[in-house]
Amino acid sequence: MSDQDPIVPSRRRALRCLAFGGAGTLFTLAGGVLTPVELALAVTDRTAAAAAGVPLFVQISDTHIGFNKEANPDVAGTLRQTIELVNAMPASPALVLHTGDITHLSRPEEFDTAAQLLSQLRVTELHTTPGEHDVADASVTEYFNRYGQASDRRGYYSFDHQGVHFIGLINVLNFKANGLGALGPTQLQWLEADLKGRSASTPIVVFAHMPLWTIYEPWGWGTADADQAMGYLRRFGSVTVLNGHIHQIVQKVEGHITFHTARSSAYPQPTAGDGPGPGPLKVAADQLPKMLGVSSVTVQRHPKTLLLTDTTLA
Amino acid sequence: MMTIQASIDRMADINRFATTAAVRRLRVASALVVCALLALASGGASWAAEPAAAPSAADSSIAIRNFMFEPMSLVVAAGTKVTWKNFDGEPHTIHSIDDAFRSGALDQNDTFSFQFDKPGTYRYACSIHPQMIATIVVR
Repeated sequence: MSDQDPIVPSRRRALRCLAFGGAGTLFTLAGGVLTPVELALAVTDRTAAAAAGVPLFVQISDTHIGFNKEANPDVAGTLRQTIELVNAMPASPALVLHTGDITHLSRPEEFDTAAQLLSQLRVTELHTTPGEHDVADASVTEYFNRYGQASDRRGYYSFDHQGVHFIGLINVLNFKANGLGALGPTQLQWLEADLKGRSASTPIVVFAHMPLWTIYEPWGWGTADADQAMGYLRRFGSVTVLNGHIHQIVQKVEGHITFHTARSSAYPQPTAGDGPGPGPLKVAADQLPKMLGVSSVTVQRHPKTLLLTDTTLA
Repeated sequence: MMTIQASIDRMADINRFATTAAVRRLRVASALVVCALLALASGGASWAAEPAAAPSAADSSIAIRNFMFEPMSLVVAAGTKVTWKNFDGEPHTIHSIDDAFRSGALDQNDTFSFQFDKPGTYRYACSIHPQMIATIVVR
């Protein structure tokens, strides 16, 4: 839940109890700027949601299907709750972006369970980018056999929706020995060509698994060659960069570029540098729902603005 | 995807190695016996002068604990089979920087083994946590 939901009545309280804890972020587009909106708020306050603009998409991240340790023994259950939260939104967004770590160990049965659960989403399109947990099989084929079509098995691709240009990037395959993710020269070349000739007033949404700015290098929370990608994006008036990977919200604004990492639907992770490494964080059972969630974005028409909202399961 | 094809080809190479591994190991073992006999014949001075840390072809193991490989640097004789075991609740992989070997995701208590037949320096990392870097030197 956010600070934005002060007063208000028993219905929201009831929903808050039902909701599990981490849900997501809803994004709205207003005046060419993406703004996050508390998803639970969007669900409970129909008038406010309608006023906020056209629901553009919901971001789900780090579902980690297959994880079964004490930090959350039922990740399928919390994903189900997350999906119910999205389906309960008054105006359904057309798209869901999954920013990776769909599975925990890249095993076929984990991908099958995830696909079965995600098929319950009442949206027309599901777009994905893999996390390092999705490409951890020795042959690196399980993810691409299932989700490789959109990108011709390259992992990066773009598409347009409601006047917004979406770009999915992959930064978990060619990691650098310094511990950071990397896009690699071929993908960067493609990105430059993809953006060439586009009007600077086109709102851009970039999504990738690992953060596209360095949050904490000792834990590999960054992408070594992200600066080059940002160089191509800097001239645009509205750029929203969405990542997962770190299972918590971290935001930064740099010029016209808004960076945002989403919560996980599975388990939280420690804040940067707290403990030996970025593993699952065990919290009290009643705290977990407050640390899981989704992000959503809506578009406001006049002026064209993107509005981003984070919602937890409780 | 080039990188995937490359790693599939690599896997095929690794499998080929595995089939000849036992033969190579016998060769290494007999070479060591010959060396030892020669050393004994010459009074054993040069053999005994070797430090205790001299690589041997006995199997070796590496623990993965708290997001670290233990030990982070290991010297082994050619023909040694190295086995990694993950003690963390978080999965890890063993992925050599030059793609010579690559495990799948190791969950808690899972193991992965690779036989090092070719001398050289092998740097490897966990592809899930690439800040975890370690080295194996094969002599």
